[in-house]
Amino acid sequence: MIDSNMFQLVCFYAFAAVTVVAALGVITLRNSVHAVLSLVLTFFSTACIWLLAEAEFLAIALIVVYVGAVMVLFLFVVMMLDIKQEQVREGFIKYLPVGIVVALVMLGEMLALIGVRTMHEATMGVNPATAAGMSNTAWLGTALYTQFLLPFEIAALILTVGVVAAVVLTLRHRGGVRHQQASQQVRVNARDRVRVVKMAAEVPAAPQPAPGKETTP
Amino acid sequence: MITLSHFIVLGAVLFCIALASLFINRKNVIVLLMSIELMLLAVNINFVAFSRFLGDVAGQVFVFFILTVAAAETAIGLAILVLLFRNRSTINVAEIDSMKG
Repeated sequence: MIDSNMFQLVCFYAFAAVTVVAALGVITLRNSVHAVLSLVLTFFSTACIWLLAEAEFLAIALIVVYVGAVMVLFLFVVMMLDIKQEQVREGFIKYLPVGIVVALVMLGEMLALIGVRTMHEATMGVNPATAAGMSNTAWLGTALYTQFLLPFEIAALILTVGVVAAVVLTLRHRGGVRHQQASQQVRVNARDRVRVVKMAAEVPAAPQPAPGKETTP
Repeated sequence: MITLSHFIVLGAVLFCIALASLFINRKNVIVLLMSIELMLLAVNINFVAFSRFLGDVAGQVFVFFILTVAAAETAIGLAILVLLFRNRSTINVAEIDSMKG
């Protein structure tokens, strides 16, 4: 019979291994579409790790928002653009050693700085949301709608501005196309459409004497 | 038993992978954008772990905001990328030098 703590640890190592391998795939795969799909796998396994940390709402939000929307946007752009792989890949081998060295040095520095040994003492205690007597979503939502209400509204504003900016940037104006202009249609008056002109009624001219009845003198 | 250091080490490893990507994929704007996403993900892992282990809700709220801002950033970045490709027919960073910076 396997211990529940042991099972959690095994799950963590499995998901972490998938995350790291998929992240390595993102930066080394030759085909951009494959790289984006690898990034999707990274997000997915990270969401599983967040589930292990009992952050259920954020794990679901990561899948819905990131995998569902942002990554699809990435895929859309990558497939739409016609990218020449060889041109973009040049310098990969040349800069590979310096990239690996910088990454390893930085990793060593980070791990030395944050003190992994002391953090190893911190074990997962009781879930703070459960201790407060609610689910993770309720716990997060309570804080979001009371303590962090103004930042929440500003986040909504940022999203709106982002979407409008993206649309405006990629909007293309074509000449020679006639569009419906709703503002002009709304502003129009009956007076602009029909102009009533006052003028005297036309009187028919006096009847001419019929031709052919003239008498020659 | 999962400890805090497990999460922190995972976040650090992901961050360094993304950092290496900035060096080895310096020509491809799409991969650069993706490595920025990876960096933000590494930071988010740290936030979630600290929020869980310290019992503070602010960490998870912050992850929420980071997700929001990153989504907006990606949308605008990809829009700029499409615009760039439409005008210059390339996504090579080395060729985008018209501002002589």
